[in-house]
Amino acid sequence: MTNTSEQILDIDKIRKDFPILRREINGKPLVYFDNAATSQTPTQVIDCIVDYYENKNANIHRGVHSLSQIATDAYEAARETVRKHFNAEFAHEIILTAGTTHSINLVANGYASVLKPEDEILVSAMEHHSNIVPWQMLCQKTGSQLKVIPMLHTGELDMEAYKELLNANTKLVFVNHVSNALGTINPIEQIINLAHGVDAKVLIDGAQAAPHLKADVQALDVDYYTVSAHKIYGPTGVGMLYGKEELLNMLPPYQGGGEMISEVTFEKTTYAGLPHKFEAGTPNISGGIAFGAALDYMNDIGFEAIAAYEMELLNYATTEIQKIEEVEIYGTSPDKKTAVLSFNIQGLHPYDIGTLLDKMGIAVRTGHHCAQPIMEFYKIPGTVRASFSFYNTKEEIDSFITALKKAKSMLL
Amino acid sequence: MNSIQERQEEIIEEFSMFEDWMQRYEYMIELGKSLPLIDEKHKTEENIIKGCQSRVWVYAEMDDDQVDFTADSDAIITKGIIAILIRVFSGQKPEDIINAKTDFIDEIGLKEHLSPTRANGLVSMIKQMKMYAIAYNSQQNNKA
Repeated sequence: MTNTSEQILDIDKIRKDFPILRREINGKPLVYFDNAATSQTPTQVIDCIVDYYENKNANIHRGVHSLSQIATDAYEAARETVRKHFNAEFAHEIILTAGTTHSINLVANGYASVLKPEDEILVSAMEHHSNIVPWQMLCQKTGSQLKVIPMLHTGELDMEAYKELLNANTKLVFVNHVSNALGTINPIEQIINLAHGVDAKVLIDGAQAAPHLKADVQALDVDYYTVSAHKIYGPTGVGMLYGKEELLNMLPPYQGGGEMISEVTFEKTTYAGLPHKFEAGTPNISGGIAFGAALDYMNDIGFEAIAAYEMELLNYATTEIQKIEEVEIYGTSPDKKTAVLSFNIQGLHPYDIGTLLDKMGIAVRTGHHCAQPIMEFYKIPGTVRASFSFYNTKEEIDSFITALKKAKSMLL
Repeated sequence: MNSIQERQEEIIEEFSMFEDWMQRYEYMIELGKSLPLIDEKHKTEENIIKGCQSRVWVYAEMDDDQVDFTADSDAIITKGIIAILIRVFSGQKPEDIINAKTDFIDEIGLKEHLSPTRANGLVSMIKQMKMYAIAYNSQQNNKA
Protein backbone atom coordinates (compact mmCIF):
# COMPACT_ATOMS: atom_id res chain seq x y z
CA MET A 1 0.00 0.00 0.00
CA THR A 2 1.51 3.27 -1.07
CA ASN A 3 -1.16 5.89 -0.65
CA THR A 4 -1.04 8.35 2.19
CA SER A 5 -4.42 7.99 3.85
CA GLU A 6 -3.95 4.27 4.26
CA GLN A 7 -0.67 5.09 5.93
CA ILE A 8 -2.37 7.58 8.22
CA LEU A 9 -5.05 5.02 8.97
CA ASP A 10 -3.62 1.73 10.12
CA ILE A 11 -6.33 -0.33 8.45
CA ASP A 12 -5.05 -3.67 9.75
CA LYS A 13 -5.14 -2.35 13.28
CA ILE A 14 -8.57 -0.77 12.76
CA ARG A 15 -9.99 -4.00 11.37
CA LYS A 16 -8.84 -5.83 14.50
CA ASP A 17 -11.10 -3.49 16.50
CA PHE A 18 -14.16 -5.00 14.76
CA PRO A 19 -14.62 -8.63 15.81
CA ILE A 20 -17.44 -9.22 13.30
CA LEU A 21 -15.10 -8.62 10.37
CA ARG A 22 -13.43 -11.94 11.19
CA ARG A 23 -16.52 -14.00 10.53
CA GLU A 24 -17.50 -15.85 7.40
CA ILE A 25 -20.78 -15.67 5.50
CA ASN A 26 -21.80 -18.58 3.28
CA GLY A 27 -18.31 -19.98 3.67
CA LYS A 28 -16.64 -16.78 2.43
CA PRO A 29 -14.94 -14.02 4.42
CA LEU A 30 -17.53 -11.33 5.11
CA VAL A 31 -17.24 -8.27 2.92
CA TYR A 32 -19.48 -5.76 4.61
CA PHE A 33 -20.59 -3.00 2.25
CA ASP A 34 -23.90 -2.15 3.92
CA ASN A 35 -22.49 0.50 6.20
CA ALA A 36 -25.10 3.08 5.26
CA ALA A 37 -27.75 0.77 6.77
CA THR A 38 -25.81 0.14 9.95
CA SER A 39 -22.13 0.26 10.79
CA GLN A 40 -20.28 -2.44 12.68
CA THR A 41 -19.29 -2.00 16.30
CA PRO A 42 -15.70 -1.78 17.56
CA THR A 43 -14.52 -3.61 20.69
CA GLN A 44 -14.13 -0.26 22.46
CA VAL A 45 -17.89 0.31 22.17
CA ILE A 46 -18.85 -3.29 22.93
CA ASP A 47 -16.60 -3.20 26.02
CA CYS A 48 -18.28 0.00 27.14
CA ILE A 49 -21.70 -1.72 27.07
CA VAL A 50 -20.34 -4.75 28.93
CA ASP A 51 -18.65 -2.50 31.48
CA TYR A 52 -21.91 -0.67 32.07
CA TYR A 53 -23.80 -3.85 32.93
CA GLU A 54 -20.90 -5.29 34.92
CA ASN A 55 -20.03 -2.18 36.90
CA LYS A 56 -22.45 0.73 36.56
CA ASN A 57 -25.99 -0.50 36.02
CA ALA A 58 -28.53 1.57 37.97
CA ASN A 59 -31.38 3.87 37.09
CA ILE A 60 -30.28 7.42 36.44
CA HIS A 61 -31.35 10.86 37.62
CA ARG A 62 -33.31 9.58 40.61
CA GLY A 63 -31.30 7.49 43.03
CA VAL A 64 -29.50 8.90 46.03
CA HIS A 65 -27.27 5.86 46.14
CA SER A 66 -23.77 5.90 44.75
CA LEU A 67 -24.33 3.45 41.91
CA SER A 68 -27.15 5.57 40.54
CA GLN A 69 -24.82 8.55 40.70
CA ILE A 70 -22.10 6.66 38.84
CA ALA A 71 -24.55 5.67 36.10
CA THR A 72 -25.93 9.22 35.90
CA ASP A 73 -22.46 10.70 35.63
CA ALA A 74 -21.53 8.30 32.83
CA TYR A 75 -24.75 9.07 30.95
CA GLU A 76 -24.35 12.82 31.31
CA ALA A 77 -20.67 12.58 30.36
CA ALA A 78 -21.83 10.90 27.14
CA ARG A 79 -24.27 13.75 26.51
CA GLU A 80 -21.37 16.16 26.93
CA THR A 81 -19.30 14.12 24.45
CA VAL A 82 -22.15 14.37 21.95
CA ARG A 83 -22.50 18.12 22.60
CA LYS A 84 -18.81 18.66 22.05
CA HIS A 85 -18.75 16.57 18.90
CA PHE A 86 -21.56 18.53 17.26
CA ASN A 87 -20.46 21.78 18.93
CA ALA A 88 -23.83 22.60 20.47
CA GLU A 89 -23.78 25.55 22.84
CA PHE A 90 -25.42 23.70 25.76
CA ALA A 91 -25.58 20.04 26.78
CA HIS A 92 -29.31 20.42 27.42
CA GLU A 93 -29.80 21.10 23.71
CA ILE A 94 -28.82 17.46 23.14
CA ILE A 95 -31.87 15.21 23.55
CA LEU A 96 -30.89 11.55 23.64
CA THR A 97 -33.53 9.66 21.67
CA ALA A 98 -34.03 6.19 20.26
CA GLY A 99 -32.62 7.30 16.91
CA THR A 100 -33.24 9.60 13.97
CA THR A 101 -36.79 8.40 13.36
CA HIS A 102 -37.67 9.06 16.99
CA SER A 103 -35.98 12.47 16.85
CA ILE A 104 -37.93 13.52 13.77
CA ASN A 105 -41.22 12.31 15.20
CA LEU A 106 -40.53 14.25 18.38
CA VAL A 107 -40.23 17.50 16.44
CA ALA A 108 -43.12 16.72 14.07
CA ASN A 109 -45.36 15.94 17.00
CA GLY A 110 -44.39 19.18 18.70
CA TYR A 111 -45.25 21.27 15.66
CA ALA A 112 -48.78 19.86 15.55
CA SER A 113 -49.74 22.49 18.10
CA VAL A 114 -47.77 25.27 16.41
CA LEU A 115 -48.67 25.06 12.72
CA LYS A 116 -51.72 26.62 11.10
CA PRO A 117 -53.53 25.51 7.93
CA GLU A 118 -52.00 28.30 5.82
CA ASP A 119 -48.47 27.22 6.77
CA GLU A 120 -46.27 25.36 4.33
CA ILE A 121 -43.53 22.88 4.99
CA LEU A 122 -40.87 21.87 2.50
CA VAL A 123 -39.29 18.46 2.24
CA SER A 124 -36.67 17.39 -0.30
CA ALA A 125 -37.32 14.82 -3.01
CA MET A 126 -34.45 12.68 -1.80
CA GLU A 127 -35.58 12.04 1.75
CA HIS A 128 -35.69 8.74 3.59
CA HIS A 129 -39.27 7.72 4.34
CA SER A 130 -38.58 8.59 7.97
CA ASN A 131 -38.20 12.23 6.93
CA ILE A 132 -41.36 12.21 4.80
CA VAL A 133 -44.03 10.25 6.61
CA PRO A 134 -43.92 12.14 9.98
CA TRP A 135 -44.42 15.43 8.09
CA GLN A 136 -47.30 14.01 6.07
CA MET A 137 -48.88 12.93 9.34
CA LEU A 138 -48.25 16.41 10.74
CA CYS A 139 -49.93 18.03 7.73
CA GLN A 140 -52.94 15.77 8.15
CA LYS A 141 -53.28 17.03 11.71
CA THR A 142 -52.75 20.71 11.04
CA GLY A 143 -54.08 21.11 7.49
CA SER A 144 -50.73 22.62 6.48
CA GLN A 145 -49.28 21.97 3.05
CA LEU A 146 -46.34 19.70 2.30
CA LYS A 147 -44.31 20.82 -0.72
CA VAL A 148 -41.41 19.00 -2.34
CA ILE A 149 -38.02 20.44 -3.32
CA PRO A 150 -37.33 18.63 -6.60
CA MET A 151 -34.06 16.94 -7.53
CA LEU A 152 -31.93 16.91 -10.67
CA HIS A 153 -30.75 13.89 -12.60
CA THR A 154 -27.29 14.12 -11.02
CA GLY A 155 -28.92 13.39 -7.68
CA GLU A 156 -28.61 16.98 -6.44
CA LEU A 157 -31.38 19.21 -5.18
CA ASP A 158 -32.78 21.81 -7.54
CA MET A 159 -31.75 24.89 -5.60
CA GLU A 160 -33.45 27.30 -7.99
CA ALA A 161 -36.74 25.51 -7.44
CA TYR A 162 -36.09 25.60 -3.70
CA LYS A 163 -35.66 29.39 -3.75
CA GLU A 164 -38.95 29.73 -5.60
CA LEU A 165 -40.77 27.49 -3.13
CA LEU A 166 -39.72 29.56 -0.12
CA ASN A 167 -42.23 32.21 0.89
CA ALA A 168 -43.64 33.96 3.95
CA ASN A 169 -45.87 30.95 4.70
CA THR A 170 -42.94 28.51 4.79
CA LYS A 171 -42.53 27.47 8.42
CA LEU A 172 -40.33 24.39 8.27
CA VAL A 173 -37.79 22.88 5.88
CA PHE A 174 -36.57 19.27 6.08
CA VAL A 175 -33.58 18.04 4.16
CA ASN A 176 -31.09 15.29 4.76
CA HIS A 177 -27.47 16.30 5.06
CA VAL A 178 -26.52 13.28 2.95
CA SER A 179 -28.89 11.15 0.88
CA ASN A 180 -28.99 7.55 2.06
CA ALA A 181 -29.78 6.17 -1.38
CA LEU A 182 -27.30 8.23 -3.41
CA GLY A 183 -24.69 9.57 -1.01
CA THR A 184 -25.17 13.15 -2.25
CA ILE A 185 -24.01 15.80 0.23
CA ASN A 186 -26.63 18.52 0.16
CA PRO A 187 -25.65 22.21 0.40
CA ILE A 188 -27.23 22.58 3.81
CA GLU A 189 -25.51 25.89 4.73
CA GLN A 190 -27.21 27.51 1.77
CA ILE A 191 -30.49 25.71 2.46
CA ILE A 192 -30.48 26.92 6.07
CA ASN A 193 -29.57 30.51 5.18
CA LEU A 194 -32.26 30.77 2.55
CA ALA A 195 -34.87 29.30 4.91
CA HIS A 196 -33.91 31.71 7.66
CA GLY A 197 -34.41 34.51 5.15
CA VAL A 198 -38.15 33.80 5.29
CA ASP A 199 -38.10 32.95 9.02
CA ALA A 200 -38.58 29.23 8.42
CA LYS A 201 -36.94 26.69 10.75
CA VAL A 202 -34.79 23.89 9.37
CA LEU A 203 -34.41 20.29 10.47
CA ILE A 204 -31.44 18.48 8.97
CA ASP A 205 -31.45 14.68 9.08
CA GLY A 206 -27.79 13.94 9.65
CA ALA A 207 -28.08 10.16 9.88
CA GLN A 208 -26.03 9.51 6.73
CA ALA A 209 -23.65 12.43 7.17
CA ALA A 210 -22.48 11.66 10.71
CA PRO A 211 -20.34 8.62 9.75
CA HIS A 212 -18.37 10.66 7.22
CA LEU A 213 -18.27 14.29 8.30
CA LYS A 214 -18.51 16.33 11.44
CA ALA A 215 -21.36 18.81 11.56
CA ASP A 216 -20.96 21.98 13.64
CA VAL A 217 -24.50 22.93 14.59
CA GLN A 218 -23.57 26.45 15.69
CA ALA A 219 -21.57 27.23 12.57
CA LEU A 220 -24.40 25.83 10.45
CA ASP A 221 -26.94 27.81 12.50
CA VAL A 222 -29.20 24.78 12.06
CA ASP A 223 -32.40 24.67 14.12
CA TYR A 224 -32.68 20.89 14.53
CA TYR A 225 -30.18 18.18 13.67
CA THR A 226 -30.70 14.43 14.08
CA VAL A 227 -28.43 11.37 14.08
CA SER A 228 -28.55 7.66 14.90
CA ALA A 229 -25.74 6.10 16.91
CA HIS A 230 -25.85 2.78 15.06
CA LYS A 231 -24.65 4.39 11.85
CA ILE A 232 -21.60 5.85 13.58
CA TYR A 233 -20.20 2.67 15.14
CA GLY A 234 -22.45 2.89 18.20
CA PRO A 235 -25.30 0.67 19.34
CA THR A 236 -28.80 0.47 17.85
CA GLY A 237 -31.74 2.18 19.52
CA VAL A 238 -29.96 5.43 20.43
CA GLY A 239 -29.70 8.74 18.70
CA MET A 240 -29.68 12.47 19.08
CA LEU A 241 -31.97 15.35 18.52
CA TYR A 242 -30.14 18.64 18.66
CA GLY A 243 -32.37 21.70 18.88
CA LYS A 244 -31.70 25.32 19.66
CA GLU A 245 -32.65 25.99 23.26
CA GLU A 246 -35.49 28.41 22.56
CA LEU A 247 -36.95 26.10 19.91
CA LEU A 248 -36.89 23.06 22.18
CA ASN A 249 -38.45 25.12 24.96
CA MET A 250 -41.25 26.10 22.61
CA LEU A 251 -42.15 22.50 21.71
CA PRO A 252 -44.51 20.57 23.99
CA PRO A 253 -43.29 17.21 25.37
CA TYR A 254 -43.62 14.21 23.11
CA GLN A 255 -44.28 11.47 25.63
CA GLY A 256 -45.48 11.68 29.20
CA GLY A 257 -44.00 9.65 32.01
CA GLY A 258 -41.35 9.57 34.66
CA GLU A 259 -38.16 11.65 34.37
CA MET A 260 -39.86 14.38 32.31
CA ILE A 261 -41.81 16.05 35.11
CA SER A 262 -41.10 18.71 37.65
CA GLU A 263 -44.22 18.29 39.77
CA VAL A 264 -47.27 16.06 39.38
CA THR A 265 -50.68 16.35 40.97
CA PHE A 266 -53.90 15.00 39.51
CA GLU A 267 -54.88 18.57 38.67
CA LYS A 268 -51.73 19.64 36.90
CA THR A 269 -48.24 18.54 35.95
CA THR A 270 -45.39 20.91 35.39
CA TYR A 271 -42.71 19.61 33.11
CA ALA A 272 -39.04 19.32 33.76
CA GLY A 273 -36.62 21.56 31.91
CA LEU A 274 -34.43 20.55 29.00
CA PRO A 275 -33.35 17.94 28.14
CA HIS A 276 -35.48 15.88 30.53
CA LYS A 277 -38.78 17.25 29.20
CA PHE A 278 -38.21 15.08 26.12
CA GLU A 279 -36.71 12.07 27.85
CA ALA A 280 -39.68 10.37 29.51
CA GLY A 281 -39.06 7.00 31.11
CA THR A 282 -35.81 5.15 31.75
CA PRO A 283 -33.66 5.72 28.69
CA ASN A 284 -31.31 3.34 26.91
CA ILE A 285 -28.59 4.10 29.46
CA SER A 286 -25.91 1.71 28.25
CA GLY A 287 -26.68 2.75 24.68
CA GLY A 288 -26.31 6.42 25.49
CA ILE A 289 -22.97 5.86 27.19
CA ALA A 290 -21.77 3.70 24.29
CA PHE A 291 -22.88 6.42 21.84
CA GLY A 292 -20.32 8.66 23.54
CA ALA A 293 -17.69 5.91 23.29
CA ALA A 294 -18.40 5.54 19.56
CA LEU A 295 -17.84 9.26 18.97
CA ASP A 296 -14.61 9.07 20.97
CA TYR A 297 -13.52 6.15 18.82
CA MET A 298 -14.15 8.04 15.60
CA ASN A 299 -12.52 11.21 16.84
CA ASP A 300 -9.44 9.24 17.86
CA ILE A 301 -9.11 8.06 14.28
CA GLY A 302 -9.93 11.52 12.98
CA PHE A 303 -12.62 12.63 10.57
CA GLU A 304 -10.25 14.09 8.00
CA ALA A 305 -8.40 10.80 7.67
CA ILE A 306 -11.71 8.91 7.58
CA ALA A 307 -13.13 11.14 4.84
CA ALA A 308 -9.94 11.01 2.76
CA TYR A 309 -9.65 7.23 2.96
CA GLU A 310 -13.34 6.58 2.29
CA MET A 311 -13.16 8.87 -0.74
CA GLU A 312 -10.25 6.81 -2.04
CA LEU A 313 -12.32 3.66 -1.63
CA LEU A 314 -15.26 5.27 -3.44
CA ASN A 315 -13.11 6.51 -6.30
CA TYR A 316 -11.43 3.12 -6.66
CA ALA A 317 -14.77 1.28 -6.62
CA THR A 318 -16.28 3.76 -9.08
CA THR A 319 -13.38 3.32 -11.52
CA GLU A 320 -13.44 -0.46 -11.24
CA ILE A 321 -17.21 -0.84 -11.56
CA GLN A 322 -17.27 1.33 -14.66
CA LYS A 323 -15.09 -1.27 -16.36
CA ILE A 324 -18.08 -3.59 -16.23
CA GLU A 325 -20.32 -2.95 -19.21
CA GLU A 326 -23.85 -1.65 -18.79
CA VAL A 327 -23.39 -0.38 -15.27
CA GLU A 328 -25.33 2.74 -14.43
CA ILE A 329 -24.40 4.76 -11.32
CA TYR A 330 -26.95 6.95 -9.56
CA GLY A 331 -25.98 10.08 -7.69
CA THR A 332 -23.12 11.46 -9.72
CA SER A 333 -22.75 14.94 -8.28
CA PRO A 334 -18.99 15.46 -8.48
CA ASP A 335 -17.03 16.03 -5.24
CA LYS A 336 -20.22 16.22 -3.21
CA LYS A 337 -20.62 12.64 -2.23
CA THR A 338 -19.95 10.32 0.67
CA ALA A 339 -18.74 6.77 0.12
CA VAL A 340 -21.94 5.37 -1.35
CA LEU A 341 -22.06 3.61 -4.70
CA SER A 342 -25.63 3.16 -5.87
CA PHE A 343 -25.92 1.36 -9.19
CA ASN A 344 -27.74 -1.00 -11.51
CA ILE A 345 -26.65 -3.30 -14.30
CA GLN A 346 -28.85 -2.83 -17.33
CA GLY A 347 -31.45 -5.57 -17.71
CA LEU A 348 -30.80 -7.03 -14.26
CA HIS A 349 -32.91 -6.62 -11.16
CA PRO A 350 -31.06 -5.33 -8.07
CA TYR A 351 -32.65 -8.10 -6.01
CA ASP A 352 -31.05 -10.79 -8.18
CA ILE A 353 -27.64 -9.15 -7.99
CA GLY A 354 -27.90 -8.72 -4.20
CA THR A 355 -28.97 -12.33 -3.69
CA LEU A 356 -26.02 -13.70 -5.65
CA LEU A 357 -23.52 -11.30 -4.05
CA ASP A 358 -24.71 -12.52 -0.66
CA LYS A 359 -23.98 -16.10 -1.69
CA MET A 360 -20.42 -14.92 -2.29
CA GLY A 361 -20.14 -13.35 1.15
CA ILE A 362 -20.73 -9.76 0.07
CA ALA A 363 -23.29 -7.73 1.98
CA VAL A 364 -24.86 -4.90 0.02
CA ARG A 365 -28.26 -3.32 0.22
CA THR A 366 -30.72 -3.74 -2.62
CA GLY A 367 -34.10 -2.17 -3.17
CA HIS A 368 -35.55 1.29 -2.82
CA HIS A 369 -33.57 2.09 0.36
CA CYS A 370 -36.71 3.50 1.99
CA ALA A 371 -36.54 6.35 -0.50
CA GLN A 372 -39.21 5.38 -3.02
CA PRO A 373 -39.58 8.92 -4.42
CA ILE A 374 -35.97 8.75 -5.67
CA MET A 375 -36.61 5.42 -7.41
CA GLU A 376 -39.76 6.89 -8.93
CA PHE A 377 -37.66 9.83 -10.17
CA TYR A 378 -35.22 7.53 -11.98
CA LYS A 379 -38.03 5.13 -13.00
CA ILE A 380 -36.27 2.12 -11.53
CA PRO A 381 -37.43 -0.53 -9.05
CA GLY A 382 -34.38 0.04 -6.87
CA THR A 383 -30.62 -0.01 -6.93
CA VAL A 384 -27.76 -2.04 -5.55
CA ARG A 385 -26.01 0.07 -2.94
CA ALA A 386 -22.46 -0.58 -1.77
CA SER A 387 -21.55 1.78 1.06
CA PHE A 388 -18.03 1.91 2.43
CA SER A 389 -16.51 2.49 5.82
CA PHE A 390 -12.95 3.21 6.93
CA TYR A 391 -12.52 -0.46 7.86
CA ASN A 392 -13.10 -1.59 4.28
CA THR A 393 -10.21 -2.20 1.90
CA LYS A 394 -9.41 -2.09 -1.79
CA GLU A 395 -8.93 -5.86 -1.66
CA GLU A 396 -12.55 -6.16 -0.54
CA ILE A 397 -13.60 -3.96 -3.45
CA ASP A 398 -11.69 -6.32 -5.75
CA SER A 399 -13.62 -9.29 -4.32
CA PHE A 400 -16.86 -7.36 -4.78
CA ILE A 401 -16.07 -6.55 -8.43
CA THR A 402 -15.14 -10.19 -9.13
CA ALA A 403 -18.37 -11.35 -7.48
CA LEU A 404 -20.39 -8.78 -9.39
CA LYS A 405 -18.96 -10.00 -12.70
CA LYS A 406 -19.81 -13.56 -11.71
CA ALA A 407 -23.37 -12.58 -10.77
CA LYS A 408 -23.78 -10.74 -14.05
CA SER A 409 -22.62 -13.73 -16.08
CA MET A 410 -25.01 -16.00 -14.19
CA LEU A 411 -27.99 -13.73 -14.68
CA LEU A 412 -27.57 -12.71 -18.30
CA MET B 1 -50.62 -36.98 -13.09
CA ASN B 2 -48.32 -36.75 -10.12
CA SER B 3 -49.52 -35.69 -6.73
CA ILE B 4 -48.16 -32.63 -4.95
CA GLN B 5 -46.09 -34.94 -2.77
CA GLU B 6 -44.58 -36.72 -5.77
CA ARG B 7 -43.71 -33.48 -7.51
CA GLN B 8 -42.01 -32.21 -4.39
CA GLU B 9 -39.94 -35.38 -4.17
CA GLU B 10 -38.93 -34.97 -7.82
CA ILE B 11 -37.72 -31.46 -7.13
CA ILE B 12 -35.82 -32.55 -4.03
CA GLU B 13 -34.09 -35.21 -6.10
CA GLU B 14 -33.14 -32.74 -8.83
CA PHE B 15 -31.72 -30.30 -6.34
CA SER B 16 -29.79 -33.01 -4.50
CA MET B 17 -27.59 -33.45 -7.56
CA PHE B 18 -26.12 -29.97 -7.24
CA GLU B 19 -22.80 -29.68 -5.51
CA ASP B 20 -22.87 -26.03 -4.59
CA TRP B 21 -25.05 -22.95 -4.36
CA MET B 22 -23.96 -21.76 -7.74
CA GLN B 23 -25.35 -24.77 -9.57
CA ARG B 24 -28.53 -24.47 -7.54
CA TYR B 25 -29.01 -20.85 -8.46
CA GLU B 26 -28.09 -21.43 -12.10
CA TYR B 27 -30.82 -24.05 -12.19
CA MET B 28 -33.30 -21.69 -10.55
CA ILE B 29 -32.47 -19.01 -13.11
CA GLU B 30 -33.14 -21.61 -15.83
CA LEU B 31 -36.43 -22.50 -14.20
CA GLY B 32 -37.31 -18.81 -14.06
CA LYS B 33 -36.97 -18.64 -17.81
CA SER B 34 -39.46 -21.49 -18.24
CA LEU B 35 -42.11 -19.98 -15.98
CA PRO B 36 -45.69 -20.24 -17.35
CA LEU B 37 -46.14 -16.53 -17.90
CA ILE B 38 -49.19 -14.68 -16.73
CA ASP B 39 -51.25 -13.03 -19.45
CA GLU B 40 -50.40 -9.30 -19.64
CA LYS B 41 -54.02 -8.39 -18.92
CA HIS B 42 -53.80 -10.14 -15.55
CA LYS B 43 -50.70 -8.19 -14.53
CA THR B 44 -52.88 -5.94 -12.44
CA GLU B 45 -52.41 -4.27 -9.11
CA GLU B 46 -54.70 -6.79 -7.44
CA ASN B 47 -52.68 -9.76 -8.67
CA ILE B 48 -49.44 -8.33 -7.34
CA ILE B 49 -47.92 -9.88 -4.25
CA LYS B 50 -46.83 -6.89 -2.23
CA GLY B 51 -43.17 -6.94 -1.41
CA CYS B 52 -40.43 -4.45 -1.01
CA GLN B 53 -38.00 -5.37 -3.72
CA SER B 54 -39.15 -7.34 -6.76
CA ARG B 55 -42.68 -7.43 -8.06
CA VAL B 56 -44.52 -10.72 -8.43
CA TRP B 57 -47.84 -11.32 -10.09
CA VAL B 58 -49.74 -14.58 -9.64
CA TYR B 59 -52.97 -15.51 -11.36
CA ALA B 60 -55.07 -18.68 -11.09
CA GLU B 61 -57.78 -20.20 -13.24
CA MET B 62 -59.97 -23.26 -12.76
CA ASP B 63 -59.74 -25.87 -15.47
CA ASP B 64 -62.31 -28.59 -14.77
CA ASP B 65 -61.56 -29.39 -11.15
CA GLN B 66 -57.94 -28.23 -11.19
CA VAL B 67 -56.25 -24.92 -10.52
CA ASP B 68 -53.82 -23.60 -13.12
CA PHE B 69 -51.36 -20.93 -12.09
CA THR B 70 -49.47 -18.41 -14.17
CA ALA B 71 -47.08 -15.78 -12.84
CA ASP B 72 -44.32 -13.30 -13.56
CA SER B 73 -41.75 -11.22 -11.74
CA ASP B 74 -39.25 -8.55 -12.69
CA ALA B 75 -36.49 -10.46 -10.86
CA ILE B 76 -35.23 -13.70 -12.38
CA ILE B 77 -34.45 -15.53 -9.13
CA THR B 78 -37.94 -14.73 -7.90
CA LYS B 79 -39.26 -16.13 -11.18
CA GLY B 80 -37.32 -19.31 -10.49
CA ILE B 81 -38.86 -19.63 -7.06
CA ILE B 82 -42.38 -19.07 -8.29
CA ALA B 83 -41.74 -21.54 -11.15
CA ILE B 84 -40.91 -24.21 -8.59
CA LEU B 85 -44.14 -23.49 -6.70
CA ILE B 86 -46.19 -23.55 -9.89
CA ARG B 87 -44.65 -26.88 -10.83
CA VAL B 88 -45.84 -28.24 -7.49
CA PHE B 89 -49.29 -26.68 -7.36
CA SER B 90 -50.49 -26.17 -10.93
CA GLY B 91 -52.99 -28.70 -12.20
CA GLN B 92 -53.86 -29.87 -8.69
CA LYS B 93 -57.22 -29.95 -6.97
CA PRO B 94 -57.98 -26.95 -4.73
CA GLU B 95 -58.38 -29.18 -1.70
CA ASP B 96 -54.96 -30.76 -2.24
CA ILE B 97 -53.32 -27.35 -2.60
CA ILE B 98 -54.94 -26.15 0.61
CA ASN B 99 -53.70 -29.16 2.56
CA ALA B 100 -50.24 -29.39 0.98
CA LYS B 101 -47.18 -29.22 3.18
CA THR B 102 -44.26 -27.19 1.87
CA ASP B 103 -41.37 -28.61 3.86
CA PHE B 104 -39.54 -29.38 0.62
CA ILE B 105 -38.42 -25.74 0.45
CA ASP B 106 -36.10 -26.44 3.33
CA GLU B 107 -34.73 -29.55 1.71
CA ILE B 108 -33.78 -27.87 -1.54
CA GLY B 109 -31.78 -25.25 0.32
CA LEU B 110 -34.07 -22.29 -0.25
CA LYS B 111 -34.86 -21.72 3.37
CA GLU B 112 -33.18 -18.31 3.21
CA HIS B 113 -36.00 -17.13 0.98
CA LEU B 114 -38.47 -17.87 3.75
CA SER B 115 -37.14 -15.05 5.86
CA PRO B 116 -39.61 -12.20 6.21
CA THR B 117 -36.89 -9.73 5.20
CA ARG B 118 -36.75 -11.28 1.77
CA ALA B 119 -39.00 -9.28 -0.44
CA ASN B 120 -41.73 -11.40 -1.97
CA GLY B 121 -40.81 -14.08 0.44
CA LEU B 122 -41.84 -17.52 -0.46
CA VAL B 123 -44.31 -17.39 2.39
CA SER B 124 -46.43 -14.71 0.72
CA MET B 125 -46.37 -16.55 -2.59
CA ILE B 126 -47.49 -19.81 -1.02
CA LYS B 127 -50.14 -17.97 0.95
CA GLN B 128 -51.45 -16.28 -2.20
CA MET B 129 -51.62 -19.59 -4.09
CA LYS B 130 -53.42 -21.25 -1.21
CA MET B 131 -55.85 -18.31 -1.07
CA TYR B 132 -56.75 -18.95 -4.70
CA ALA B 133 -57.28 -22.61 -3.88
CA ILE B 134 -59.51 -21.73 -0.94
CA ALA B 135 -61.57 -19.38 -3.11
CA TYR B 136 -62.03 -22.00 -5.84
CA ASN B 137 -62.75 -24.69 -3.30
CA SER B 138 -65.60 -22.71 -1.77
CA GLN B 139 -66.88 -21.91 -5.27
CA GLN B 140 -66.98 -25.65 -6.03
CA ASN B 141 -68.69 -26.43 -2.74
CA ASN B 142 -71.33 -23.80 -3.40
CA LYS B 143 -72.07 -25.32 -6.79
CA ALA B 144 -72.37 -28.77 -5.24
